[in-house]
Amino acid sequence: MTTVTDAPPPTAPAPEEPPARKPRKRGRLVPYWLLLPGILWLIVFFALPLVYQASTSVQTGSLEEGFKVTWHFATYWDALTDYWPQFLRSVLYAGAATVLCLLLGYPLAYLIAFRAGRWRNVILVLVIAPFFTSFLIRTLAWKTILADGGPVVGALNSLHVLDVTSWLGVTAGDRVLATPLAVICGLTYNFLPFMILPLYTSLERIDGRLHEAAGDLYAKPSTTFRKVTFPLSMPGVVSGTLLTFIPAAGDYVNADLLGSTDTRMVGNVIQTQFLRILDYPTAAALSFILMAAILFMVTFYIRKSGTEDLV
Amino acid sequence: MAALFRWLRRNVVVIAGLLTLAYLLLPNVVVTVFSFNKPKGRFNYSWQEFSLDAWKDPCGVADMCGSLSLSLQIATWATIGATVLGTMIAFALVRYRFRARGAINSLIFLPMAMPEVVMAASLLTLFLNMGAQLGFWTVLIAHIMFCLSFVVTAVKARVMSMDPRLEQAAQDLYAGPVQTFLRVTLPIAAPGIAAGALLAFALSFDDFIITNFNAGSTVTFPMFVWGSAQRGTPVQINVIGTAMFLVAVLLVLSGMLIGKRRNKQSR
Repeated sequence: MTTVTDAPPPTAPAPEEPPARKPRKRGRLVPYWLLLPGILWLIVFFALPLVYQASTSVQTGSLEEGFKVTWHFATYWDALTDYWPQFLRSVLYAGAATVLCLLLGYPLAYLIAFRAGRWRNVILVLVIAPFFTSFLIRTLAWKTILADGGPVVGALNSLHVLDVTSWLGVTAGDRVLATPLAVICGLTYNFLPFMILPLYTSLERIDGRLHEAAGDLYAKPSTTFRKVTFPLSMPGVVSGTLLTFIPAAGDYVNADLLGSTDTRMVGNVIQTQFLRILDYPTAAALSFILMAAILFMVTFYIRKSGTEDLV
Repeated sequence: MAALFRWLRRNVVVIAGLLTLAYLLLPNVVVTVFSFNKPKGRFNYSWQEFSLDAWKDPCGVADMCGSLSLSLQIATWATIGATVLGTMIAFALVRYRFRARGAINSLIFLPMAMPEVVMAASLLTLFLNMGAQLGFWTVLIAHIMFCLSFVVTAVKARVMSMDPRLEQAAQDLYAGPVQTFLRVTLPIAAPGIAAGALLAFALSFDDFIITNFNAGSTVTFPMFVWGSAQRGTPVQINVIGTAMFLVAVLLVLSGMLIGKRRNKQSR
């Protein structure tokens, strides 16, 4: 701001000698110099790779003979027909995890924002601290927690929860590991902080007097929540669901560590195609379809929820 | 009985919230408990007997501490790179009006909104096309790339809430631009920059997906953990996991205490 006001007024006649013009010119260029290195980095290592990938996805050939751009769009069709179950699973698992994150995360965010008092900072630290512990180590811990014949499986079994989930098709018999439930549980766990933090920020902004006002107007606590608190927390809900759904849909770590071959998601396919089979065109086409699908769903969702000024 | 139910109903949010917190911390508890285990086989998945062996000899596993120090190095450099570049972008975006601001804002936002596997695969395509040698440098480049956006967001939030009149006041008191920046602007923006740097460090240190695609035969700590899941997890991994959690809690708590004390002093 200051540099703008410092610049000589544009109506002043431009003097011929360079010293008077120089500072103004330099002042104008300051933002571009500040942006240049970072933006260049993003263009070269983020945007350009996407272009390369687009071109790879329409190539044909093999590792030995080399790949050529042949505008072979059939790769996309083949990828879709071969791997639609994995795509469907990605959407279903990520969707389930997002809903669970919202259901589990909302009370905790509410607790931190309104009920925690002086414990607020401690609870916030406990939510953030797992970020600093390797998520792979924590995901492996779920293998121990959900182990066959372990206390968790035993308890779920005696409560007949596993009968219900088996009927729903998310578990198999008295096992939880290597079933869709384990993968969804891992996804929910891994992305829960991404739901809690935006929810907390938007809840924290709500003026507590609004709750009092609602109470003064004889609203029951449940009505206050439905008519005041929840609508005001919508920006947090929208950004939280996006921050959970997008990475969860592309994740392959949970499906690999906690699932089986029957729970493979599209991320697993991309990883295998790229790093093991070395079929670059198919892998590139798959990741483009994933990106397009997510962009499409996200745009639709943001339109629907009416918070376009979110970003 | 009725009183109990009333109490339960009034505190249902607190109970549900604490249950979620327990769900969030359960794996950390398991990791800590199993760091004192003495497993019989290769896998540390079931409790056998109490032992301090792993804590006495945390580097007793081949290659693990090497991968750990490599991850720390990469995270340090990635943090420095992303924080410097990101802070510059954040200042430019908040303080100046110029053309292409919208386009740049979306370029910053997109990496955060893209599934990691897509970024990882496309970056690998670029490196393969350029014939780059995969390893330390390609990982560092990738980490700076995906940490950048998070730093920009963190710093931007702080700079936006800054009162520009403070800088004008400094200049009215005859502070030069450099002096104003170093003595007024930077100290006020510091908490945002620190938050961005901390986030970048955590993201880089913990990243697996992008690293796995672009590391070649270089093994970072998350990649070591990944490999160990197939070969058999040494107990030492739990020791490192526990230590990281404790260090993080202490770091963040002391940071908060310092911030609190400073706020009190300035009032």
